[in-house]
Amino acid sequence: MTTTEQFEAVKTEAPRRARTFARADVPTILLGLLLLLALLFPIVYRLPYPRDLAIRVLLYAMLAQAWNILAGYCGQISLGYAVFFGADAYTSSILQTTIGWNPWIGLLMGAAVAVLLSLLIGYPCFRLRGHYFAIATIAIGEIVQTLAINWDFIGGARGLSLPFRKDSLLVFQFQTSKYPYYYIILTLFALCMLVSWRIERTRLGFYFRAIRDDPEAAQSVGISITRYKLVAMAISAAFVAAAGSFYAQYVLYLDPDSVFPLSLSILICVLAVVGGTGTLWGPLVGAALMVPLSEYTRIHFGGTGRAVDLLIYGGLLTAVAVFQPSGLVGLARAWWRRRWRF
Amino acid sequence: MFTVPPPEVLAQGILSGILMGFVYALIAVGLSLIFGLMEIVNFAHGEFLMLSMYTAFWAWALFGLDPLLSVPLCAAALFLLGWLTYAGIIRRVLGGPMLAQIFATFGLGIFLRAAAQFLWTPDFRQVGRAWVQGPVNILGISVGLPQVVASGACLVAFGLLYWFITKTETGMALEATAEDRQAAALMGINTARMFALGWGIGSACVGVAGAFLASFFYIFPQVGFLFALIAYVIVALGGFGSIPGSLVAGLIIGVVEVLGGLFIAPAFKYVAVYLIYLLIVLVRPQGLLGKF
Amino acid sequence: MALLTIEGVTKRFGGVVANHKISFAVEEGEILGLIGPNGAGKSTLFEVITGYYRPDAGDIRFSDTRIVGRRPDQINRLGIGRTFQKLRPFRAMTLAENVMVAAMQHERDPGAARREALRYLAFVELADKADSYAITLSTGERKRLEMARAMATRPRLLLLDEITGGVDHRTIPTLIQLIGRLRGEGLTLVVIEHNMRVIMSISDRIVALRLGEVIANGPPAEVGKDRRVIEAYLGEAFVVPAGQAGDAPKPCAPERR
Repeated sequence: MTTTEQFEAVKTEAPRRARTFARADVPTILLGLLLLLALLFPIVYRLPYPRDLAIRVLLYAMLAQAWNILAGYCGQISLGYAVFFGADAYTSSILQTTIGWNPWIGLLMGAAVAVLLSLLIGYPCFRLRGHYFAIATIAIGEIVQTLAINWDFIGGARGLSLPFRKDSLLVFQFQTSKYPYYYIILTLFALCMLVSWRIERTRLGFYFRAIRDDPEAAQSVGISITRYKLVAMAISAAFVAAAGSFYAQYVLYLDPDSVFPLSLSILICVLAVVGGTGTLWGPLVGAALMVPLSEYTRIHFGGTGRAVDLLIYGGLLTAVAVFQPSGLVGLARAWWRRRWRF
Repeated sequence: MFTVPPPEVLAQGILSGILMGFVYALIAVGLSLIFGLMEIVNFAHGEFLMLSMYTAFWAWALFGLDPLLSVPLCAAALFLLGWLTYAGIIRRVLGGPMLAQIFATFGLGIFLRAAAQFLWTPDFRQVGRAWVQGPVNILGISVGLPQVVASGACLVAFGLLYWFITKTETGMALEATAEDRQAAALMGINTARMFALGWGIGSACVGVAGAFLASFFYIFPQVGFLFALIAYVIVALGGFGSIPGSLVAGLIIGVVEVLGGLFIAPAFKYVAVYLIYLLIVLVRPQGLLGKF
Repeated sequence: MALLTIEGVTKRFGGVVANHKISFAVEEGEILGLIGPNGAGKSTLFEVITGYYRPDAGDIRFSDTRIVGRRPDQINRLGIGRTFQKLRPFRAMTLAENVMVAAMQHERDPGAARREALRYLAFVELADKADSYAITLSTGERKRLEMARAMATRPRLLLLDEITGGVDHRTIPTLIQLIGRLRGEGLTLVVIEHNMRVIMSISDRIVALRLGEVIANGPPAEVGKDRRVIEAYLGEAFVVPAGQAGDAPKPCAPERR
C-alpha cells in the first residue's frame, strides 16, 4: 500500500474511530445505578453507623482522588498530603472563630489558601526528581506538623474547637440529624470525580500522562512541565481543601495530630495506590475497601489495632507496587481484557 | 524564640553533635550507596536500623549478649535483610514506574514498623548495664562513653567501607556499576549481583550503627523514622552516591541538630534539619561532593 | 538569512570539552548532515540547540531569535523539533496517543488531535499500528514513531538523531525515502548519522565534528575527500595523498556491519 493510499484510507476511517470517544452504553447504566444507590443509601440504611462509615469512605476517597490527580495522572508523588488537608481545615475554622465568617466562605477561602500554599511548595519542589520530591514532601509535612503543634494562635497541641451554633445548611452544621453531611460529601466527591473524568478526556490529561511517563520527551513536544505540574497541584489542592473544610464542620474539633500526621498522608497514598493510581475509580475502590477494613481491625484488635491496619497497609502497598502498580482497578481491567480475548 | 546557651552547654552540644554525626554518617552511607547504584531511595532504611537495634536488644535480653558483641550479628542479619529485600522486591521494580519504586520500599517500611509494634508493643526498651556506660571527659567536656565508643566504631566502619570500595576488586566493581551500569555489564561485571551486594553492604552499615546505638538509645518501633529522615538529609547534603560526602554531611547535620535544639527549642531541632534538606536540594542538588 | 545560526558554541562537562567554538549555519530548506566519530560532540550539540543543556559560551539564533537559555518546551514551540538517539516513546500510551500529545500543541480537541496524529502516522507508514502500544514496536518502527511525533508539533526545523542506528538495513531505503518526503513537506533538517552512505546521499551539505570542533563544512563530495575527516574516522594510514584519490570519494565506513 502506498503512502497516499494509506493516507486516504485513514482519512475516511478517522471519523469512525473518533466515535470511540463517546461513551459505551454498559458503563453508563452502571454509573446511573451506582449514583441511584448512593443517593438512596442513607434512606434505606437508617442506622447512624453505616452512614458515618459511608461519610468517612467518601471523605477519604475524595482525598485519595485529589492525590491521584497529582500523583496518579501527573506522576508527582507527594507523601505529605495531610499538609493541605490540615491547612484548609484550620483556615476555614479560624476564619469562623475569629472573624465569624460563614463556613461556606471559609471553605472557599481555605481552598484559596491551600491552592496558594500548594503553588508555593510546588514551584521550587517540582524541579526535583521523583524520589527527591517525595522526600521533600515528607520533610515539609513534618515541619508543618511541628509548627502547628507549637503555634498557640491556632490552639497548638490542645486543638481548636468549633462552637456549635445551629442546625442549618447556611452555617454548615447539623447536629440533630447527620444526613445532610452525607449528601454534602457525596456532592463534593461527585464534583471531584467529574473534574477527574474531564481531565482524563481532555488535553490536560494527555499532558499529565506525558509528564508522568517521560518529562524530557514531554518537553521536546512543547509541554511546559512546571506549568502543568502546578496546574495538577492546584486542582488537587482545591479538592483536598474542600475535604478539609468539610471535616472541620463534621467533627467540630481539630488538632494537629488528627489533621497533619504522616499516618494520614500514608493512608491517602494507600487508598489511591491499592485502588489504582491513574485510574478514575481507583481511589473510591481503595477507600471502599480499606476504610471498613481499618474499622474492623480497630474494633477487633483493640490496643494494638493501629498496628494491624498499618501492617496491612504496608504489605498491600509493597505488594501492589511489585505486582500490579495499577492497583485493583488495573487488575480488574487486565482480567476483563483476558476474558474477552477469547 | 532564640536563646543563646551558656558556653559549656554549647561546647558539650557541639561535641555530642560531632559524635552523633559519625553515627549518622554510617547510617546515611548505606542509603547513598544504594542510590548511587540504582537511583532508588530505600524508604525502609529507618526501619532497617530499627530492626538492627531490636536485634541487639533481644540478643541482650534473651542471651545476655552485650550490644558490642552483637555487632557482627546485627551486621550479618542486616546484610541478609538487604540482600533479600533486593532479591524479593527491588529486583522486580527496577524497570518499572517510579511510583512502584517509591511505594515498594515505602510500604516495606510501614510494614516493618507495624510488625515491630505488633510483635514487641510500642513500649520503649533500653539495654541496661551495658559494658560501656557512664560519662567520660574529653577536652574538659563531659560526654557519655557509649556515644564515644559508638562514634569511634562508626568512623572505623566508615573507613573500612571506604577501603573496600576503593581498594578491593569487588568494591571497585561496585563503584563501576554505580557509575555506568551498561559499561560495567559490558566488562563482565554481574550487575545483578552488584546490586544485591550494594543492598547487603548498605544494610550492614545500618546494622553496625544500630548495634552501637542500642547501647545508649531508646529502642521502639518508631525510632527508625527519625533517623531515616536525617539520613535522607545527609545523603542529599553530602551528595547522592558520594561516600566522603556522607561523612562531611553527617558531621554538619549532627551539629546543626544539636544547635537547633539549643538555640531555638528542642521541638524544633528536626525542623532545622529538614529546612536544610529543602535548601540543599533546591539550591545545589548535587550536594557538597555529589556526582551529579 | 539562515534559519539556524550557531556561533562559537562551547559546552564543558567538568574537565571535558564536548563542544568547542562550534559555528555554522543552516539554510532554510536544506538537509544538513552532522558527522563525526563517537564522542565528537554531535548529540551534545543537539541537546544544546534544543535547550536541554545551556552552553558555556556562544550564541544560537533561530530565524533571528536568540534561543540560548530558553527551556526545551519553549524552543519546540518556536519551531524546532527533535528525535532522541535513545528512543523515548511514551510507554504507557498507544502510538496514536504518543503523536496526539504532540499534535495537541496546535489542536486542543482530542478528536481533532487524533485525526492529525493518524495523518502523521500514515506519513511514516505506521497508521495500521495506531492503537498498539509503543513497546511492541521494533527499533525501526520506534524511530519512525519519533519522527511522526516530532512532526506533529509542526516544526520548521527538525533535528534527527541517528535515524539508522540499530535498524535492520533493509529498512534503510525506506527511511531515506522518508527523509526526502520530509524535505518535500517544507522542513529543514539537520541529521546526525554514522552510516556514511546514507548521509552522503541525502545531505545538501555536511558539517564534520571531531573532539568537539568543526573540522569540515561543505558539500558531501568535498567533505568526503577532506583529509582531516578521513583521518578522524579511519586514522592517518587511510589518508590518500592528493592526486591519487580519483574522482569519486570512496565510502569511509565499512560496507557491512
